[in-house]
Order: sequence, then C-alpha cells, then structure tokens
Amino acid sequence: MSMNNQGRPSTPNEAGMVAEHKTFTGNKALQIEEPLIFETGRNDVTGVDIDVPLDFKPRLGSHRREAPIDLPGLSEPEAMRHYVRLSQKNYAIDMGLYPLGSCTMKHNPRLNEKMARLPGFADVHPLQPLSTVKGAVELIAQLGRWLLVTTGMASVAMSPKAGAHGELCGMMAIKAALKARGESRSKVLVPESAHGTNPATAALLGYKVVTIPAREDGTVDPASVRELLDDQVAAIMLTNPNTCGLFERDIKEIADAVHEAGAYFYCDGANFNAIVGKAKPGELGVDAMHINLHKTFSTPHGGGGPGAGPVVLSDKLAPFAPVPYVRFEGETAEFIETRAEAKEHGDTPFGRMTAFHGQMGMFIRALSFMLSHGCDGLKQASEDAVLNANYIRVGLADLMSLPFGNRPNMHEVLFDDSFLKDTGVTTLDFAKAMIDEGYHPMTMYFPLVVHGALLIEPTESESLASLDLFIATLRDLVMSAKKGETERFTGAPYHSPRRRLDETAAARKPILKWVRPEPASVEAAE
Amino acid sequence: MRYLPLSDQDRADMLARIGIGSIDDLFADIPEAARLTAPMDLPRRKSELEVERHLSRLAAQNVPASSVPFFIGGGAYKHHVPATVDHLIQRSEFLTSYTPYQPEITQGTLQALFEFQTQIANLTAMDVANASMYDGSTAAAEAVLMAHRVTKRNKAVISGGLHPHYRAVIRTMSELADDTFDILPADPTGAEDILSRIDNETSCVVVQSPSFFGQLIDLKPIAEKAHECGVLLIAVFTEVVSLGLIEPAGTQGADIVVGEGQSLGNPLTFGGPYVGLFATRQKYIRQMPGRLCGETVDADGKRGFVLTLSTREQHIRREKATSNICTNAGLCQLAFTIHMTLLGQTGFEQLAMANHAAAVKLAGMLEGIDGVELLNETFFNEFTLRLKGKDAEAIVDTLADKGIMAGVPVKRIDPVSKDVEDLLVVAATEINTDEDRAAYAAALKEVLA
Repeated sequence: MSMNNQGRPSTPNEAGMVAEHKTFTGNKALQIEEPLIFETGRNDVTGVDIDVPLDFKPRLGSHRREAPIDLPGLSEPEAMRHYVRLSQKNYAIDMGLYPLGSCTMKHNPRLNEKMARLPGFADVHPLQPLSTVKGAVELIAQLGRWLLVTTGMASVAMSPKAGAHGELCGMMAIKAALKARGESRSKVLVPESAHGTNPATAALLGYKVVTIPAREDGTVDPASVRELLDDQVAAIMLTNPNTCGLFERDIKEIADAVHEAGAYFYCDGANFNAIVGKAKPGELGVDAMHINLHKTFSTPHGGGGPGAGPVVLSDKLAPFAPVPYVRFEGETAEFIETRAEAKEHGDTPFGRMTAFHGQMGMFIRALSFMLSHGCDGLKQASEDAVLNANYIRVGLADLMSLPFGNRPNMHEVLFDDSFLKDTGVTTLDFAKAMIDEGYHPMTMYFPLVVHGALLIEPTESESLASLDLFIATLRDLVMSAKKGETERFTGAPYHSPRRRLDETAAARKPILKWVRPEPASVEAAE
Repeated sequence: MRYLPLSDQDRADMLARIGIGSIDDLFADIPEAARLTAPMDLPRRKSELEVERHLSRLAAQNVPASSVPFFIGGGAYKHHVPATVDHLIQRSEFLTSYTPYQPEITQGTLQALFEFQTQIANLTAMDVANASMYDGSTAAAEAVLMAHRVTKRNKAVISGGLHPHYRAVIRTMSELADDTFDILPADPTGAEDILSRIDNETSCVVVQSPSFFGQLIDLKPIAEKAHECGVLLIAVFTEVVSLGLIEPAGTQGADIVVGEGQSLGNPLTFGGPYVGLFATRQKYIRQMPGRLCGETVDADGKRGFVLTLSTREQHIRREKATSNICTNAGLCQLAFTIHMTLLGQTGFEQLAMANHAAAVKLAGMLEGIDGVELLNETFFNEFTLRLKGKDAEAIVDTLADKGIMAGVPVKRIDPVSKDVEDLLVVAATEINTDEDRAAYAAALKEVLA
C-alpha cells in the first residue's frame, strides 16, 4: 500500500532553505541547549534516597560543618537528561574518525568495559588481605608479562597513573641509579620534536633541559647527540617512533653513545603502537620506557583520563623500580609492597609513586585487549595502523605539504602549513573547517619542529571506505582554500554546538566556577 | 580479527596504491638486527567468549567487598553508587572522547568540568578547584611542589596523621627533586605537636583531617601559626563524604585543599583509577597544577567553556611548566560529578550522616570488647582500635578466613613506624547492616578471647 502523500510537499520549501532559522528555545532539533546544574537544580532536591538513622549520638566534637554547602541536586530523570544532553555536544571515536596524531584514538572494545566491571575486579579493595585478592595480583602479573614480552625488557613498574607519571617514574629510576653510583648529573637531552611532558618531567627533577635540534629529515642525528654528551648528562629522552611519525633509524648508535657517556636512554613509548610485534625496544638499547595503556592498548580516553603508564626497565634500572611491584621468579610472581620486602630480594626501590597499586581498572581493560588480539592480532594492528597512515599520505601528498618529503612514515603522517601559503587560511582555520565536515581535527601546531604542523593518526580502526572519504574531504578542503573560499575556513565551524570560542578572553579574566548572581536589591527593583 | 576492518584484499589494494610490494617496506627504518621475524612468544588471538572465560576465572579468585561484612577504608571506601552513574559514563560520547582541546565539539565534557570545579570549590569552601588530578596521593605531592613555587622555600612539614602512602609519595618526590622534608612520627591519637615544627624556612605544612587514624583535627591554630611564618597550610582528606558533616578546610584557613574523590561515583577496583581533588585560593591560580576549565563566549556570543590558563601547562611551557601532568582523571571525575549532582546538598549531608551513624554504632559495639581500646574521641566514619599487644595483621587475616574484612592493619602500609603492630583502622559506611556489625563484633570477641 502506498503512502498517502496528498498535500505533502516532497521537497523543502523556500523558507526551509534560508541559512539562519531561529527557534524560540534556541534549540536546533536534536541539539538542545542545556543550562548549568546550578541554574536548574534546587538545594532541597535529591536523586538518591538515603535512610538516615536517628538513634545515635554524634561523635564529631566541635568539628561540625556550620555553613550550608550550597550545592543543588537533580532528581534522577533530570540528571539523566542533563548528562545525556551534555554528551550529545561531544565528538567521540564511536562517531567517527578521530585523527589526533600522537594520541592514538582507536576503537575501545566494550568487552574490556564489561570485564573491568566484574565484581571480582571492580569491587575489591586495595588493602584487602592478599589471600582474598589472588586473582587481582595474578592479573597484574599477567599484564606485566605481556608488557615484558612485547617490549623485550627486564622488569616493569606497574603503578604510574598516566604517561607523564610513567616518564617521571623512569627518570626517577635513572636519578636513583646515578645516586647509587655516587653521581649527580645535571642535564637531560631532549629533541625539539619531543612531547612537552618530556622537558617538564626532566625539569621537575631539577635537571637542566638541553634541546637537540632535528636534522633535515626530521630525525635525530647521532652526531649532534655525541656533541652534547658529557659527564653531566644523566639521560636522553627520545620518542620512537618520533612525533613526526618517523622511526629514529639511528637509535642504536644513539643508545650506544649515550651508554658510553655513562648516561641512560629514556624512551617515550607514546608511539609504541606502531611497532608492537615488529621490533622490541629492549633490543634497541632502551633503559626505561613508559607505555600508555590508553593509547597502544586501547583503554578509553574518557574525555581526558584516566590513563595508565607502566614503565618497563632494563636490567640496570630494574632494582630501582618503585613499590609496589611484581617480582617474577620463573613461573611464580610475588607482589612486593614495601621497601623492606624489596630489600630481602636485594632490590633498592627509589620509593613510591602513588597510593595503592596503580590503575587496576586500566590493567584489566588492557589485558582484555591483548588477550583478544594475541601475538598475531597485535602485530596485525601495528601493520594496519602504519598502512592506514601511509595510505593517507599518498592520498594527500600532491595537495598538502610533507616537510620531510614523500617517504614512508609510521603510524602517523605529518604535514606543515606551506600548502596554505597565500590562501589567508591558517592551520587552525583548516582544522575548524574539518569540524563542519563531521571530523575531529588532527593534532595541530605540534610537533614544534615544523611550521603550522598538522599531524594525522588514523589508527588501525578505520576501514578503507572511511579513509577514502576522509582523504576526499581533505582534498576538497584544500582545493577550496586554494580557490580562495576563505569564509568556509575563517568563520568555521558553523554547524557545531558552539561556534569558535574566545580562548583569549577566557584566559584574561578567568571564570573558573559558577557564582550565584547577587539577588537584585530592593531599591533597584523599585 | 574482529577489531580490524581491513580485509586482506583491502591491504593488497592499499599497498599497490602506496606503490610498495610488502608491508615490511614501511618498517625499513627499523635496524635490521632489531626487527622481529618470528611471532612474539604469546598466545594467539582469542574470541570474546574465550577472553571472558579467562578473565572471569581470575576475577573469581577475589572476594568482592559486597559479598562479606566489609570494614576496610584507609583511603578507599566502599559506598553505594547509583546505577545512573555507570550508565552515563559509558555513553560513547563521554567514554571515547579525547581531552577537550577542540571546545566547539566537546562542550559536553567541558560543561561537566565547569560544574565539577564549582562543586569542589563549594565543598571545600575554597575559591577555585582544578579539573582533577590522578588521585589523592599525587594531588598531595603536587600541592607540596606548588607550595615550594609560591613560597620559594623547599621544606615540607608532614603530619604523622597523613595517610602513610601519601607520606611516602611526598617523600619520594622530595628526595628525588632534592627538596627537604620533616615527617612527624605516626600519630594515632591526634596529639602531635606540629606547631613547633613550623618555622621561617618551612614552605608548607601538610595535615589530614579526618586523619588516617580517623581523628578530626582542628586546622585553625595550624593555619594561624603557618601564616605567621609565611607558610602554606595544605589540608588533605581521603574520605570526601566527610565534607557533608565536617567543617571544611577552606573556612579553617587552608591555602590548598587536596583529597581523594573515589568515594563518589567510583568503584574500589583494587586501588585505581581514582580521582584527585585540588582546590586553592584565587591568588594562587597561576601556580596551580593540572587542567582548568573556564567560561567564555563563542562567535555568536553564546556562553561556552574552554580549557584555560594553559600557559601553566607542559604542552605550552615545556620545561617551565608548573607540572608535567598531561591528563586529569577524566571519566572518574565525571562519575564523581554525576553522583554529586544526584545527591545535591541534601543527599550529600544525608549520606554523610548515614556514614557517621554507621561508624558510631560500630565503635560502640567494638570498644566494649575485652582487649580493645578505641583511640578516637572524635571521628567521622573511620577510627583506630588498639588490639592490646596483639598482631593486628594476624587478627585481620584470621577474620578474613571467617569471612569478615575487619579493617587496615597499620603495619601493613606503614612498616617503618614504631608501636603500630597492634593498631587497626576500621571504616564503616552506609553499606553496613546491623547484621554485618553484629557479625564483626562477635568474631572479634571470639578471636581475641
């Protein structure tokens, strides 16, 4: 039976074509404006029913809170709507390609979420008697073994809470090892393409940061390292593959030079996802490397955390790993919680990085990811990530500018902004126009070694059709910029929940919390 | 492999398009000696069913808190979390989004952050709060570093009532950053004389209330002495629910307030991930570590939110940054703020009262047992028992065998302090029933008899 279409227009009318169509509410169909909880909530409303016993005598002494907290509550249906509406203002991997270079936005399997919520994992306390958490300790040990096999390193410190925390852990182990040798060195070498966390970490430990310039091809020249090495250099912090998406091909020579000078090699493992199953950092002379479980092993980024940054260590640094750690003795794994226990095994931990045992919830998800992939799937994932990034390079090489030439890259591909020269369009404008096309922009203005950087990392999670559409979209944008259609860029984004936001104003006069408006005074009302 | 969209035909087509014969041509920069030719010595891929079986077997070897009478606290607490919280944080748009560096398409994360910052500032009675830290212990260590920057001094005075792991984290950071510290001995009774340790060379004094031992500490005299000497008072809490009932550090003169927020929204998960809370005075915001979300307007004049004051942060300032931190606690912070929104002031105060009531009842039952001394005159939901002359760790193990999780033996997490072998820190929350308490009291009596 056909539908009754009488009187029903099948094409939008003229009025529907106008660019700006205002609504009474300010909403745009599925895009609903949402006030702050402080503007809609009431202090006497709650979405949780709690029975408060009255048959007891408080033992708070004189410490009772006097002033009201001033926090509104929402009933459950209101809270549900509030956060669902907020969520709809976010871009996410589950919606589309998220090409943030060096951030590795790959698919987050829901199996991992389910596993992390098993009561035997989610509902165990870190200070339960060890006899009641044998499976938890065993899980940490199993993940530890997977990390050691994939990296080819001697030992692993599991507790660091995120990548930067892992860097700190690795550099602390290096400082402790130097101290044990009776040395205190003052400098750390960091390439200019490094993540900002590297120099920040070195500085936190009191080291002077010496920058290594990149050579023409975007990698580090062993000769410039040798030139900077002396008996005051504690370590080099090198990312490999580096943030230009290139493998540091002279890494072995650099490592040897560093070791000859009595210094240590810290490898930033942010980009380990490119080489899992293809090479082992342990065979490249690395002394310490953190692994971002939220990048390589797909624990969710969650809008900015939580991360997890276990650190693998070489033989030389292993004795300095912080407590708690897992000690492997053949097939058995022992959980070492205190310095005193560690000493019984001849270890000399430099201390403790965090309360308890680290990001267990992330360990479960990462192990679930690794078990799912297996040795074959992990290797295939690295290969696909690299293949996808190279496919994008080849698809755009004729239109966008490759600062180091049209040569193979690893899991990410770096462009600079010279293709936008004289178009009146900046890297930022270009990125914002991508938002209108339904894409999260790539990493912009990083690394600092090239002008107006655009760093694209597609990951292994993209299909060929997805890559083709992405390439076609970027090609259309580049052509459009070159044709002088600058409005498409300088005013972008047009279709997002918010247009371009004024970050300068935000920083000049920071408003960091909601403040209850002064009630209008009686005189003013009159 | 179920997570990889490329087919073998796709891969072959793509290699052809790139103009190479083999995938290994793309890995040619790896030194030949370091290239892996054989498969790694690990099992091959597993189906979803197989992975579930493997991990469920491990999970089954643990005893979940909900399955037994449960009284362990010591910096992580078992509370009931409304089902709404876990549903919302699993929405794709929150779970699989990155740090909100592109504010036009991350207003959801940003607005939730702005609301969270306001909640923390109001809870602690401080001017501003950041977007969260890794956890309470690392937030405490960052607070000490911040105090060193503000005061241009480098000596921290650390109370013996501070959680032993927090003390260890601060000590580790101080040792390796070549700063100095003065750590007072463990203080189970809240009687330490910390005022005499504060002098003109001190940068900060770090005090926890309720303390690790559950003591409620009057911060006002410490703030007064600290400010006389140009010293910052860093106030710490590990149980955020206490703020529903106890005078906040902000009105007692604290300069920085840090704490653990796990209690709201977040499961125990064997110690992490949790969420560090960090608040301070307006005048110190440019010395603050961590992310900050601020209000602004967009090109159409509509209110919106952005990450702000990022000139403090490592990705802009590199070696001159206030901290090396790059992430916050993202999803754990979101869980916290959703739970807090559901509670509101009314529910939060009720929750605090229910916790205190649970602890008062339990303390009343346990302190009457022969051989047990309650060391607290005041407490919130956690207190310390002296099991006179007994090894608390052994007692806890025995009770665990009887299916009761009795608390934290102090020696386990503070192996260096003296005279703590017979101390047991016991926590009670709204999850405990009258039956749980009765079972605990009966079992403890039996074990000590």
